[in-house]
Amino acid sequence: MLKQCRGCIVSSNFKTIRAAASRQSTPGGTKEEYRRFLGKKMLFFVILILGVIVLASFSVTLGSANLSVNEVYSAILARFLPSYFQTTRFANTIVWGLRLERILMGIVAGMGLSVAGAAMQGILKNPLASEFTLGVSSAACFGAALAIVMGAGFVGGEYLVIANSFIFTLIASFAVYGLAKYKGISPETMILAGIAIMYLFSAMTSFLQYVGHAEQVQEVVFWMMGSLGRASWDKLSMMTIVLALCLPYLLLKSWDINALGAGDETAKSLGVNVERTRVICMMLLSLITASIICFTGTIGFIGLVAPHITRMVIGGDHRFLLPGSALVGALLLLGSDTLARTVLAPVILPVGIMTSFLGVPFFVYLFMKRRKEFW
Amino acid sequence: MVKITIKDLTFSYNSSAILDGLDLVVEGSEVLGLVGPNGSGKTTLIKCIDRILKPKGSILLDGQEIDRMTQQEIAKRFGYVPQSSSTPLSTTVFDTVLMGRRPHISWRVSDLDLEKVAETLELLRLEDLAMRDFSQLSGGQKQKVLLARALCQEPNVLLLDEPTSNLDMRHQLEVMEMIAALVKSKKISAVMALHDLNLAAMFVDKLAILKGGKIYAAGTPADLLNAKNIKEVYGVEAVVMENLHRPYIVPLRSVNSEPACGQ
Repeated sequence: MLKQCRGCIVSSNFKTIRAAASRQSTPGGTKEEYRRFLGKKMLFFVILILGVIVLASFSVTLGSANLSVNEVYSAILARFLPSYFQTTRFANTIVWGLRLERILMGIVAGMGLSVAGAAMQGILKNPLASEFTLGVSSAACFGAALAIVMGAGFVGGEYLVIANSFIFTLIASFAVYGLAKYKGISPETMILAGIAIMYLFSAMTSFLQYVGHAEQVQEVVFWMMGSLGRASWDKLSMMTIVLALCLPYLLLKSWDINALGAGDETAKSLGVNVERTRVICMMLLSLITASIICFTGTIGFIGLVAPHITRMVIGGDHRFLLPGSALVGALLLLGSDTLARTVLAPVILPVGIMTSFLGVPFFVYLFMKRRKEFW
Repeated sequence: MVKITIKDLTFSYNSSAILDGLDLVVEGSEVLGLVGPNGSGKTTLIKCIDRILKPKGSILLDGQEIDRMTQQEIAKRFGYVPQSSSTPLSTTVFDTVLMGRRPHISWRVSDLDLEKVAETLELLRLEDLAMRDFSQLSGGQKQKVLLARALCQEPNVLLLDEPTSNLDMRHQLEVMEMIAALVKSKKISAVMALHDLNLAAMFVDKLAILKGGKIYAAGTPADLLNAKNIKEVYGVEAVVMENLHRPYIVPLRSVNSEPACGQ
């Protein structure tokens, strides 16, 4: 009984494999199942797009100006069809000058932060990777605080705070890259370097708050809370251009990001240039993040939670995860800002507070209920 | 039939040499087992062949220096199965195996790619797990999925880094049987690092014993797995039984240790 030779074992399995190969005329079942899964992803996208449109349409009607729904939509349509729709100067200013730019900025910022979070989590193989863990947010805060407290920066005038936070965000990204390069660019070194940078900039911001006047400190704290109240069409265009330029490249590299998630060795064995892909993608993600938080301040949890919600529904394939996260992020930020504008109206809460209030319970739920499926 | 010729291969981590002027030839449709004690360079050799690590020396694939091949070309010729089973967060088995098509596709997944994945899943009897999350699978199932991913690359050579580590007895046999049968049915070569000499004796066509970053001996398991070699390479006294149509190794004691009670 024991004397089964190696040839016998292999030949019995050879027969099994040949039998499986001969059954290969009907592997359609698995393929069809996969196609159904793709259909589910598309349905998710359609629902999200409709959700964003519906929420934006609802949100534009809300506010302390007491405009009726009719007045709001007349103001919007009068811009495109002036001969059919009439509006007042007041309604026009409120809708086009305040609400629409804020809503669109919420959508674009939500998209950008979520795409950055999803891609960072994939590239660094870390479900907690976000602009916070990489020190990018702390650097932006320091840049803004430096401008507010010391009046020092790279660009003067009204763009001082914005330019400072943007430039310090990029400085932090290069510092993380430089430190990681010194030890070998791996997910672990990038996260550790990010945490070191985060603490450094946090300490420097605390120092500036310590030496600043009460009004300056108040301004720094308000900036750090994150808000869409500083929205304008110029800022929205800049943010949109950066996202529109970076997102296609990230989508093009989504196969490589998938492979990086399986580990550097596997990615290399699948033909991915690991270091180059990681560095270029991280630089683009920093650029997207910088272009958003320099205008909005730091908005927590969107970049962390939106990718996890998306993963839960459509899985971790970045070809779908990146656009899916963008739409979920847009919905979450727009929803949070709508709540922030209405929950204590006429007081408008900074949206960063609202995203954290909504994000933390959800994140705890994910952690408690679904952690095994995610990490 | 593929031929890999390795000449004077040297690789060091910092200043300590892991591979030290290693020569080896892998030829034809065969399973080559790399055995040797921890730190002898088995895993490093596999990673060097796949250009995951960049060694000094020469590796020729069918006469062509792999240094001159692009990573994409190498990925089409070698399929690598890593020791650890990590995948991106929330990835289905189908998507994990589809990743193996990466060297062949630009962005769009063709019908042919889906066909290949479905066929491979069926070949390895994984079709029922296709839409399951990879992270929810057992160790044995994960190993088969990683094997399926490497097969989807349509490689000439499978490189496997301890494919049976962390598997129970049944899954060890299943995975090894599958690899041996695939090598024969697909007429490819397989180079695998192994720790279990008995498993190696059962399933590999040829063995290369590594010691100190060099090939200590190469040949068939029947020729190499004897008490003398095991003592010299592993520092272990062992009895090798020959009555099972293959060598069967029973380790007794490490050379420097005290004899166990009753022995």
